[in-house]
Amino acid sequence: MKSIKKFDYYTLLEKITPLIAVIFALLVGAVVIMLIGENPIFVYKTLFSNAIGNRDGWGNVLFRATPLIFTGLAVAFAFRCGLFNIGGEGQMYIGTFLATWVGFTFTNLPAFILIPLCILTAAAGGALWAAVPGILKAKTGVHEVIVTIMMNWIAASFTFFLVLKFKAPPTEAMVAAGVKQMIPHTREIAEAARLPRLYPILQSLNIDFPAYNQVNVSFFIAIGVAILAYYILWKTNLGYEIRAVGYSPLAAEYGGISVAKNIILAMMISGAFAGLVGTNEVMGFKYKWRQELFTGLGFNGIAVALLGKNHPLGVVLAAILFGILNYGGAIVNIFTEGRIPRELIMVLQAVIVIFVVISDEVVKRLIRQRRKIL
Amino acid sequence: MPEIALEMKNITKRFPLVVANDNVNFKVYKAEIHALVGENGAGKSTLMSILYGLYQADSGQIFINGKKIDIANPNVAINLKIGMVHQHFMLVPPLTVAENIILGMEPKKNNIFIDMEKAIKRVEELSESMGFKIDPKAKIENISVGIQQRVEIIKVLYRGAEILVMDEPTAVLTPQEVEELFEILKSLKKQGKTIIFITHKLNEVKALSDRVTVMRRGKVVGVKNTKDTNQEEIASMMVGRKVIFEIEKEPLNLGKTALKVEKLEALNNKGLPAVKNISFEIKEGEILGFAGVEGNGQTELVEVITGLRPTSSGKIFLYDKDITNYSPRNVREDKIAHIPEDRRQRGIISNYTVAENLILGSHYRLPFNKGLALNFTAINNHANNLIKNFDIRPSDKDNLLKSLSGGNQQKVIVARELYGEPKLLIAAQPTRGLDVGSIEFVHQQILNERDKGKAILLISADLEEILSLADRIAVIYEGEIVDILDPKKTNEKELGLLMTGSTANKKLLKVK
Repeated sequence: MKSIKKFDYYTLLEKITPLIAVIFALLVGAVVIMLIGENPIFVYKTLFSNAIGNRDGWGNVLFRATPLIFTGLAVAFAFRCGLFNIGGEGQMYIGTFLATWVGFTFTNLPAFILIPLCILTAAAGGALWAAVPGILKAKTGVHEVIVTIMMNWIAASFTFFLVLKFKAPPTEAMVAAGVKQMIPHTREIAEAARLPRLYPILQSLNIDFPAYNQVNVSFFIAIGVAILAYYILWKTNLGYEIRAVGYSPLAAEYGGISVAKNIILAMMISGAFAGLVGTNEVMGFKYKWRQELFTGLGFNGIAVALLGKNHPLGVVLAAILFGILNYGGAIVNIFTEGRIPRELIMVLQAVIVIFVVISDEVVKRLIRQRRKIL
Repeated sequence: MPEIALEMKNITKRFPLVVANDNVNFKVYKAEIHALVGENGAGKSTLMSILYGLYQADSGQIFINGKKIDIANPNVAINLKIGMVHQHFMLVPPLTVAENIILGMEPKKNNIFIDMEKAIKRVEELSESMGFKIDPKAKIENISVGIQQRVEIIKVLYRGAEILVMDEPTAVLTPQEVEELFEILKSLKKQGKTIIFITHKLNEVKALSDRVTVMRRGKVVGVKNTKDTNQEEIASMMVGRKVIFEIEKEPLNLGKTALKVEKLEALNNKGLPAVKNISFEIKEGEILGFAGVEGNGQTELVEVITGLRPTSSGKIFLYDKDITNYSPRNVREDKIAHIPEDRRQRGIISNYTVAENLILGSHYRLPFNKGLALNFTAINNHANNLIKNFDIRPSDKDNLLKSLSGGNQQKVIVARELYGEPKLLIAAQPTRGLDVGSIEFVHQQILNERDKGKAILLISADLEEILSLADRIAVIYEGEIVDILDPKKTNEKELGLLMTGSTANKKLLKVK
């Protein structure tokens, strides 16, 4: 067979399928907007110009992207080991609650100890919660999807129990008015456990940035974790083994790699990533556990990982896109006085996911057809 | 001048990275057995896929019985009386022989019900016309591979095929079954059927065919009358250079006992005994060959020795060290190299690059793993060295392994396993599915190891390979060693009989 040296379009096509999917999804979204009776160009212009047209918008986008980076990385990392971690939600609950508990319990520790301690607790909590399905999968072959889904419910109920147990005492104003806590929440974490917001940092650099913007240092932790995930997967012995197990457990076993050990480790690292959501939501934003504060972020991580093709860089970009849609969507909702519901954004996200799956499959078949030389 | 049954003129088929068929001309006479040979990737299968309507040629014409035709899909091919027997059988295991044969073309009673009686009668007629009997009511899952192949042949005849394409039909058969297949094909020829026989086993070309077309790199490099040519000529046409057939072995120079297996027993995946009371020894400088029909415990035996499967009882010693139930990593650390029989599942990670595959098994050790991270300088140097020494093509360490041909994938495995001076080499089906050039290479590597004084355990379903390489041959049947023979004092026929449990099973397969 003669080899023709030319640019391989298919490899490129394979890499940019998410981009194609996003474009198609926006087109479908445009149709939906027209069906509602609004102008899609106006809606999209409002959405994007407010989300990424100014610093405040960017801040909000990154703030919303941060937890999705964590949960997206969690899904992507496990996926590299051939595991489908649906349990990001539960791992995030446990990790975050434990970090909150540390934050409001060890209040006399200095910040340079308490902040790292809270971060580590968040990661450890998620890792422990994920270790259970990991061990069950490795030792007994129980499918991780089943176990993680069930453990999500356990985590949700367990944290609800805990928040009632550690409920904050009513404030003086509440006592005076005779009202009770509407949504259960814990006490606030110590000042020394809080992650700084970005505005004082930016302002000290003479960059104008609104003080109410919630983007905080957790975003940099998320980026750091993305780099760490990349480093582990592609630069270390552990990553080599984890990916080998993901691609071919039989070949890994043959090469002297313990499949069980790597499944457990990959699940734990994945769970640790999910647990770190607490750094943004509690340590950088609410400063307390509030029931149903971040429901769904774990599940959205699956969509983010899928869109990001299970690559850390892709996950970061996909999370930022979802951040843009989330924040921009909220703004559009306000600008159109509610005529464009926020749910439109959920429709867009769902359509993106569907198109990613479809275009992935289409490209795969194209490649298979073209390369099928026996 | 004989009548031309099929002619393919100037067929060209391009794929994005290769020209699979480059202006190919292929002509088959009526009622001849025509061998189509070539290395893997030479374009044989592409050409036949075009004939069967699986691919469309970019240019060129196809004539059947002198009439120009256009084959858009396999249904058109079937209507034109072209039949294909695939290498991997397309049968439904829980259905009976007759049900499989009529599938999609069922004879009907009152236009509604399947006329099973008619179907069974037709199946019996067809099998008798070829000189053998088959039970139309037997379930596919209960019959041997050789009989399953006959079902496939009857299936295409049932659909009225006049031109039969057989894609490497002997790859899965025992020597006796091969002989019987050849008888069937010859009787079909007598009935006036035309047979195209794809193979890369040259003795089969010689034994069976009337004419032979040789392909290389997408082109036809020669068409010969079989009686006017010989194996050496066909081989050199296929490979493009002279091929050494006679394996020259150095005289046997035995050393210490390297591997000793004592009363070994193990279960298969279903929990049934697969290795039964097996004992043997291999000395330094010796190749012990295991001959046997696949599925008689060879796989489990290798897995037990390499730590991939637990032992139920018995002992394994490497020199004087007891390595029974060692983990795969410990086995590797004791310098046992393993060329696995299941290349795609076990031997390689197809989504890893050549460089990554070349460190599998030693990836966690110095120099490849240093401190916290992998040492890519060492990994890349290692890859470049082995690619050069073992002539792995294409010679880019960053290619994904799935993009390599079977032969080159095997070279990657051989290179990796022989690196670091193993004490014992276990080679299971090391040349299966490889082309002549790669087979020669792998054989040479195995012999080099032997001559360096390494102990070698060779498992192969290819008797020719066992006979030419091994210093002793153990025949394995249903998990037991039935005999250990001297290759100089035995032949394919005797081995074939021992492999199939000699007389008992022979009757079932016997051509009537």
